Amino acid sequence: MIETADLRRSYGPVAAVAGVDLQMRRGEVLALLGPNGAGKTTTVEILEGYRRRDSGTVRVLGQDPERAGRSWRARRGVVLQDNGDLDDLTVAECMHHFAAFYPRPANPGDLTERIGLGGCSAALVRTLSGGQRRRLDVALGLVGRPELLFLDEPTTGFDPEARRGFWSLVRDLAAQGTSIMLTTHYLDEAEALADRVAVINRGRIVACGPPADIGDRRQGEAEVSWQGPDGRQRVRTAAPTALVSRLRAQFGGEVPALEVRRPSLEDAYLRLIGPADGAGGGAGAGR
Amino acid sequence: MTAASPAVTAGSGPGRSQQVRSDARLFALATLARGRIELLQFFRSRDAVVFTLALPVVMLALLASVFSGTVGSTGVAYSRVYTAGLLAGGLASTSFLNLGTTIAGERDTGALKRLAGTPMPPAAYFLGKVILVLAASGLEIAAMLLVGHFAYGVALPASPGRWWTFTWVTVLGGTAMSLIGVAASSLPRTGRSAAAVLNLPFLVMEFLSGVFVPFTALSPGLYTAAGVFPLRWIAEGYRAALLPSGFARVEAGHAWNFEMMALVPALWCVVGLVVSARTFRWTKRGE
Repeated sequence: MIETADLRRSYGPVAAVAGVDLQMRRGEVLALLGPNGAGKTTTVEILEGYRRRDSGTVRVLGQDPERAGRSWRARRGVVLQDNGDLDDLTVAECMHHFAAFYPRPANPGDLTERIGLGGCSAALVRTLSGGQRRRLDVALGLVGRPELLFLDEPTTGFDPEARRGFWSLVRDLAAQGTSIMLTTHYLDEAEALADRVAVINRGRIVACGPPADIGDRRQGEAEVSWQGPDGRQRVRTAAPTALVSRLRAQFGGEVPALEVRRPSLEDAYLRLIGPADGAGGGAGAGR
Repeated sequence: MTAASPAVTAGSGPGRSQQVRSDARLFALATLARGRIELLQFFRSRDAVVFTLALPVVMLALLASVFSGTVGSTGVAYSRVYTAGLLAGGLASTSFLNLGTTIAGERDTGALKRLAGTPMPPAAYFLGKVILVLAASGLEIAAMLLVGHFAYGVALPASPGRWWTFTWVTVLGGTAMSLIGVAASSLPRTGRSAAAVLNLPFLVMEFLSGVFVPFTALSPGLYTAAGVFPLRWIAEGYRAALLPSGFARVEAGHAWNFEMMALVPALWCVVGLVVSARTFRWTKRGE
């Protein structure tokens, strides 16, 4: 579905993408994580066909996005970040308009229903809430019935309920067989939706795998905490089971308020990307 | 936001199996869709429509009240000369200014980027703009001819020859100004600054082309220099179509200069096309 090897792109002296190798399988939901300026947007826009690369190979749906034509563009859908367009059109007008560009479009009315905007098809886009607007963006990305959907930070600015609603929408799409490339700032979102996550930092992929395996999440030390006689106790250990057995013996049964916590995706992610502004400037330094 | 309904299908559609649209059909559909959206968006911003159409009419009324009397020994009232000049100015605003500002705005809001992510043929976008310019210019010309006719006694073109002059001057001039507008849409840094940025060169061009002051009142040097602007020749073309033939003797060459009326706008068509083709961006600067 997507395959890149040694993908590179520099802006002047700054190497935004410094050798990205990425594979995405058909039917997969892959989340691309990384801090701002890590090369996420450049990478995704090269895959979408918006940007050129300096070197490396890219295959998306079997073709090079730089050379691929309209039939290729009809096979993938792109949902960009924050759009401010379409204000003066209704939802139905937008849907019919974009459906006109595709060889085998979905039925606009059906899709509007299914995306949860059936009640507002006659509403002007400017009157929609942020969540409804984002649903429309996704619907417009889906109207050509793509095999591959790019979702760029789809839930930024959502309230928690809207985010949950959006997640179930993405899960439905994935269950229907659409491959999804997701970029996000939210680690819980990546954990909830992605089959695999790829962490990009300073222009390179520094970790890639199922969310539960990222970084040192499986092997790393767990944190065991409980309510002791002198207050809350916390111990970091590579052998939490042994510690819990000892505690059980010590307390003669139930350990008060026992909690065993594996490193979260966020812990692993923060360790992977290192200090926020540490090395400064030096792209790819130390790797 | 409501929870997603269980079946958001992006892949295979239900029942209603449609034929895959051919390339030619897709091109026609995309062009129609763009034309429809351009007109919807134009007419939905009703205040902009009213003020765009009213501007040359109001200017005509003001200028005709300031400059009363006739031009030299021709016996032709200034108001009739102004009708021709403001017809040209109105055409320039519904083509050059209209496209320059709307395209800059569409680039800024991400509308262009969203379209570039679809399989829409780029030509369909520009054909949609042609439809927009035709509609806006047609209304503008109709309004000006009506006001000129009923308020200032400007006779409609009196012969097929004069109608022919009126038509080709409009089509050629409108095309040249539109192409310059497409090229100029890349100058403003943001959509919001577009009107401010484009108004200055536009007003200078209108002034020097004899739209606001009678060209007979401009210094010969300035007016000759204005010969590089297509607008000067569009205005002269409208005078040739609408004013008595005796008026030609006060023109710069003491006769209608049809060669230059055709040549200068045609050259600007080429320049506008080449510059647009080389500089047109579907994304913002630096993206």
